[in-house]
Amino acid sequence: MSGAKASRLSATAIPAPLLIGAVFVTLMFACAAAPGLLAPYDPVAFDYSALLKPPSFAHPFGADNFGRDILSRTIYATRIDCQIAFFSTLAPLVIGSLVGLAAGYFGGWLDILLGRVIDLVLTFPFLVIVIAIVAVLGPGLVNMYVAVSIVGWVFYARLMRGEVLVQKQLDYVGAARVLGFGSARILFRHILPNAARPLLVYWVTDMALKILLGSSLGYLGLGAQPPEAEWGVLIADGKNFFTQAWWMTFFPGAAIVVAGLGFSLVGDGLADALDVKR
Amino acid sequence: MTELGETQMRVIGLSKSFARSRSPLDWASGRPAARLMAVRDVSFDVAKGETLGIVGESGCGKSTLARCLVRLLDIEQGEIIFEGENALAHRGDARRSYNRSVQMVFQDPNGSLNPRMTVGECIGEALAVHAVVARAEIPKRVRALLDLVKLPSDAANRCPHEFSGGQRQRIAIARALAVEPACLIADEPLSALDVSVQAQIVNLFLELQTRLGLTLIFITHDLRLVHHLAHRIAVMYLGRIVEIGPARQLFATPRHPYTQGLIASAPQLVPRRLSEREAVSGEAPSPLAPPPGCAFHTRCRRAADICREARPALDERNGKWSVACHFAESQA
Amino acid sequence: MSLAPILSVKDLDVVFATPRGPLQAIDGVTLDVRPGEILGLVGESGSGKSVTLRAILRLLRGNAKIGGQIVFRGEHLILATERRMQQLRGASIGMIFQEPMTALNPVLTIGMQIEETLAAHGLREAKARRSRAIELLHQVGIPSPQDRLGGYPHEFSGGMRQRAMIAIALAASPSLLLADEPTTALDVTIQDQILKLLKRLTTELGMAMILVTHDLGVVAETCDRVSVMYAGRVAETAPVDVLFAAPRHAYTHALLRSAPGGGAPRAMLTPIAGQPPQLQAPAQGCAFAPRCEYSEARCLEGRPPMFALGPDQASACHARDRLPPWRAS
Repeated sequence: MSGAKASRLSATAIPAPLLIGAVFVTLMFACAAAPGLLAPYDPVAFDYSALLKPPSFAHPFGADNFGRDILSRTIYATRIDCQIAFFSTLAPLVIGSLVGLAAGYFGGWLDILLGRVIDLVLTFPFLVIVIAIVAVLGPGLVNMYVAVSIVGWVFYARLMRGEVLVQKQLDYVGAARVLGFGSARILFRHILPNAARPLLVYWVTDMALKILLGSSLGYLGLGAQPPEAEWGVLIADGKNFFTQAWWMTFFPGAAIVVAGLGFSLVGDGLADALDVKR
Repeated sequence: MTELGETQMRVIGLSKSFARSRSPLDWASGRPAARLMAVRDVSFDVAKGETLGIVGESGCGKSTLARCLVRLLDIEQGEIIFEGENALAHRGDARRSYNRSVQMVFQDPNGSLNPRMTVGECIGEALAVHAVVARAEIPKRVRALLDLVKLPSDAANRCPHEFSGGQRQRIAIARALAVEPACLIADEPLSALDVSVQAQIVNLFLELQTRLGLTLIFITHDLRLVHHLAHRIAVMYLGRIVEIGPARQLFATPRHPYTQGLIASAPQLVPRRLSEREAVSGEAPSPLAPPPGCAFHTRCRRAADICREARPALDERNGKWSVACHFAESQA
Repeated sequence: MSLAPILSVKDLDVVFATPRGPLQAIDGVTLDVRPGEILGLVGESGSGKSVTLRAILRLLRGNAKIGGQIVFRGEHLILATERRMQQLRGASIGMIFQEPMTALNPVLTIGMQIEETLAAHGLREAKARRSRAIELLHQVGIPSPQDRLGGYPHEFSGGMRQRAMIAIALAASPSLLLADEPTTALDVTIQDQILKLLKRLTTELGMAMILVTHDLGVVAETCDRVSVMYAGRVAETAPVDVLFAAPRHAYTHALLRSAPGGGAPRAMLTPIAGQPPQLQAPAQGCAFAPRCEYSEARCLEGRPPMFALGPDQASACHARDRLPPWRAS
């Protein structure tokens, strides 16, 4: 018998979807980590000899209306989109988990309040609220993170609260209480590790959704601001040249699909491997 | 048989109810929410080193009673006097101290252990939080406890799912014993185990009682088991104790009609022709709507008008053997 | 005196194909049931007793492979088509389960569920179905049957639901009833009622029954003959008084001996050492040998054959003649 703690990965072979997802995500991280090594050109360098050139050997993804290489811009944009994936999900994850833990375990007014807030947030489409908040705060990535965090924590809180309610009924929590352990210990040492799995899976899938959101806002001019390369911004840049230079919108769009798909597949695969009921 | 000590725990008039959610009709008419009286006015004593068996069928309140005794549930009415002190008044450190003295073993060995902690961490945590031994001594004490419940010492590095049901129950017992309780409450500890493994755990309980002088409150629906294990038995029906007395005598000559029916229904390891007549007819009424008077009168063959009108009290005429029945045969 | 068996199972094998490799749930099980008789099939978890019942009615999951022979009234069930099995289920062989709440359809009334069975097996007229349904509910001891027909399962108590399930199983008058732990989830007083009901019904209707349980006490009180199973194999078969008077298999012996009761109060019991075996790695020799205090070398080497010990009695144990009385007194 192994001495290490059980990690619960029950599959003996990694299933194909998870593998594909992992490849996509790794590709993304590689681009984000070392864009300089992978991108053939400087993303902001103008090249008047290559205006609106279609994909070719010199410019595999073509060039835009300033002669900038789309491939390089796409690769550099990966970094921004990865940041978006993390920063717009991290705060909601942490805040939502804490609130969900407390509401689920202690119940009472906090739980009722949380219930009402969840109802409120769910009545609006998420994108609309975020746009509204960004409109108030002003465009820009940081404001986007703030806007998403203000509303996004609710989903994590709801998920965590549900998990806590389930765990709370189990006898090992009862045993901990009978052993006289304090609430903090029970919450963080006992309930949290057992409730965390569905949240981690949701987090990975949420990253995919936030990339899409970030790109949508970038397209609308409310997220990353030019000359920052971000996939949504790139698509916005290309929309005016759509009939002449389809590659300006196509490749950043494809990158969004690959990234979103990658995170989704990893999230799904993780859920199956960890036996999480979604 | 060893001499039993003096009274260790006195339960007086314990009641526990749960509120049901109010239906819109209740809101409209101003009626309060229906309450499910799970435990009603339960009183008994337990002596030091004694094994008290609590039996009953589903809905009788025995599990709720167990949770009240370890203070997992808040009690609305009644008292628990433990070793001379009012346990319900304890706060903070005194409450922790009560937790050390009265511990619990749960029914489901799968659910009662944290799946993400190793056995050593699990037991060690109990030792650490209560500072039973110095930090440095914890691994040694964990090994000693595992030894006490007859598990190998390398079990400390493994997680619960690597063990069988019987072994997990042993781990749960070791954890409960880590804080050196004076009284152990076991809520159906064998029900989830295979028959061939149950005897091992029964022996473990017997041995621990002898070695540690533990008081044991054993909750079960298995009459053969409680007959073997208990000094005294309390029979519960719809939240009340209907009979409480010495195990052997209670089984030989039960005085309450429900006890008689219960014992008659229990299958025995003797091939016998089942009599045509059911031991107890009908079904237990819902705890939400208990019958007036004696709760058992709806199923009792000897029910008379007085049983519908007046609830019989648990009469204590005969010292340690009490029955709550208007027609209880007096002890010979 | 003994009638021909209504059901005869010979060398039944069931192997499940799992991601971790083949799992032999049943290994060479042989048993039979006569009309009007109650056969107890007793064993612990993993013994294969429930799988045996499901194999008879072919209710196993797709990854199960069945081998051997199952003969019901002269018909070979393993060779039968699925369509034929559907005709048999309910009409000739009925089954009741442990958890009535999951076995009953929660969105149909009890009346509808009984009438559904009746309609499926040929009773055309609605009036005839309804009166038969009332008759069945009465037979299983449900008071005011006409009123209860329109009730939903969740409106019934545990014991009543079990009675309703029995009524549905008996609707098309099967000649064999398979009962998979029908009283395990019930309180002991209700268990008493249901067992007495089943016993009465088998006598009244001349029905045969296989009762699967882990409780030896239930077997002692209800069954005519018993087959004890361990790790997917039959350990011993005997008439019930013979088995409880003197078990001839070390496992049965150990099981009876480890039960509380009979000896001095609060005396240490005689447990069976070890745990029930893992079915992933079937044993070379006798499956019980590792835990057996009467085992010899030959017990571990090869599987003991089924030794015939008398009419209706057999044991697959080398120690069958060496076992001392199991009762303390």
